[in-house]
Amino acid sequence: MSGVFNKVVASITLRAVFGRRRALLFAIPPLILILVTLLLKAARPQGAPWPGRILGDFGFTVILPLTALIIGTSVLGAEIDDGSIVHLLATPVRRSSVIVTKFAVGALLTMAFVAVPELIAGLIASGTFGKLAIGLFVGALAGSVIYNALFVMLSVLTTRAIAVGLLYVLIWEAVLGNFVSGARLLSVGQYSLGVANGIAHDSALHAGLTLTTALIMGAIVTVLTLVFASRRLSEFSLKGDAV
Amino acid sequence: MSTIELRNVSRWYGNVVAVNDVTMTIGPGVTGLLGPNGAGKSTVLHLIAGFLAPSRGELTVEGAASWRNPGLYRTVGLVPERDSVYAFLTGEEFVVATARLHELADPAGAARRAIAIVDMAGAQDRKISTYSKGMRQRIKVAAALVHDPQVLLLDEPFNGMDPRQRLHMMDLLTKLGAEGRTILLSSHILEEVERLADTIQVIVSGRLAASGDFRAIRRLMTSRPHVFLVRTSDDRLLGSALIGRPAVAGVEVTNGGLQVRASDYGTFSRELAVLARDHGVRLREVLPEDESLESVFAYLVES
Repeated sequence: MSGVFNKVVASITLRAVFGRRRALLFAIPPLILILVTLLLKAARPQGAPWPGRILGDFGFTVILPLTALIIGTSVLGAEIDDGSIVHLLATPVRRSSVIVTKFAVGALLTMAFVAVPELIAGLIASGTFGKLAIGLFVGALAGSVIYNALFVMLSVLTTRAIAVGLLYVLIWEAVLGNFVSGARLLSVGQYSLGVANGIAHDSALHAGLTLTTALIMGAIVTVLTLVFASRRLSEFSLKGDAV
Repeated sequence: MSTIELRNVSRWYGNVVAVNDVTMTIGPGVTGLLGPNGAGKSTVLHLIAGFLAPSRGELTVEGAASWRNPGLYRTVGLVPERDSVYAFLTGEEFVVATARLHELADPAGAARRAIAIVDMAGAQDRKISTYSKGMRQRIKVAAALVHDPQVLLLDEPFNGMDPRQRLHMMDLLTKLGAEGRTILLSSHILEEVERLADTIQVIVSGRLAASGDFRAIRRLMTSRPHVFLVRTSDDRLLGSALIGRPAVAGVEVTNGGLQVRASDYGTFSRELAVLARDHGVRLREVLPEDESLESVFAYLVES
C-alpha cells in the first residue's frame, strides 16, 4: 500500500503546471513584492514603520492569496476543466491521496514563489536576518499551506474556482476581514498574519489574531477542507449525454 | 459468467431522465452500446465505469458496485470519449505513469506490452500533443490495457478516426474480445458495431430498446416498411401503377415527388425500374428516406 503522497501524481502535476502558460503568472506577484520593497528601501529613511505594513498588508492580503489562488487552482482545477483527470481517477489511487498530493505540490510551489520572496523582501527591508524577516517567512509558509488546501477544495467544488477564490480574497479577506472582527476567525490572511506577528511582534503587521488562535484555526481549516475535497473527489462525476 | 449487471438502473438530472429503468447483463466478448446521439449511451457507460451514481437501481461490475469504488479499476480499463490526455507527456511516459498508478510490479514492461498491442511502439517517444486523433485513441487504449483488465469500457472509440485507424481498432477489439475479456463500447454508428460486436444493447431516449444477438435485432430492423422518395417524369402515372403492387404499402404524391412505403424492400427494388419502363416513365431519383440510424432506433422503440 502506497503512502498518502503519490510521487507519480506529483510528477504529472508538476509537469502539467509548468507546461501551461499560466505558470508565468506565478513569478509576477513575488517580483512585484521585491521591486516595491527595493523602491521603498531606496526612497524611505531607515526606521520608518513601512516594512511591516507593506510586507504584511500588501504581501499577506494581496501577493500571498493571489499567488496561492493561481497555483492552488492550477494543480487540480485545470485537469478537471480539461477532463484529463479521468485518466488519473480511472486507477485505484485513493482519492485522498490525489488531494493530499495535489495540495502538497501547490503548497510547496506557493512557498517557493511567495514565502521565499517574503523572506528576501524582509531581509532587504530590515537589513538583518531578524524577527521580522523570519516572522514574514513563517507566516507565508503557513499561509501557503492553508490557502492551497482551500483553493484545491474550491477546484473540486466548482468549475469557477478562480472567480470564487477571487471573491473570497477580495471581499471576505480584504474588506470584511479588516473591518469585522468576527470575520477574522475565518480569514486565512489573518491566520498568516497571526503566525507572522507571533514571531515578529510588529504592530505594523496589523495582526488580528493571536499566534495560538491562528495556528488552531489554520489547522482546523486545512484538515476540514482536505477531508471535504477528498470526499467530493471520490464522487467525481462525468456528465452523460442529455436526452 | 456475466461481468456487468444493471438492474432497474435509472439516472436523472433534476427533471431530466437520462437513463430510465435499464436492466441488462453483459458478459465476455464484444458488446456494442448503440443509440442515437443524446440517447443515454455515455450516461450508461459512465454509470458502469463508476463515474456516475445511479439515481435508482443496482449496478455491479464483477460482483462489486462501481460507484465510489476505486478498487474497481484493478479489473476495469476505461477509454473516455474526451480527447483530453496529458499532452505534455510522451506516449510511453503516459502509459508507464498509468502502470505506476496501478502499482504494477514492472511498469516499464507492462507499458511496453500495452503499447505493442495497440501498435504504437514507433511513436511512443513522441509527445502526445503531436499525435493524430487516432493515435491518441490508441495510446488511451494502451493506458487502459496496461494492467491487463478483464473489463474494457470504451466511449465512442471510433470518433475522429480515419477508415484505416477504424479497421485497426476493430481488429484490436475483436482480438481482445476473443481472449475472453468483456469489451463494452458505445457508438452511434451502426455499421461499426455491426462488424465488431457479438451482442448489442440499443439505448433510445434513455430506455433499453433492444438487447441481445445483433443478427436477430437486425432482422427486426429490416422487417419494417421502407420509405422512399421517388422523382419521375410522371409521378401520378407511376404512383397509380405502384399502388397495385403487393410490395407497396402506400403511395403519396407530394410536391417533392412520390413518397412510397415499401413493405417488401427487395421486391420493390426489383419491380420499380421494370414498372417505370413498362409505363414509359423516366426515373430521375430514388432516395431512401428512413435509412438513418435515428429512424431505425425510432422504429425499434415503436415496435
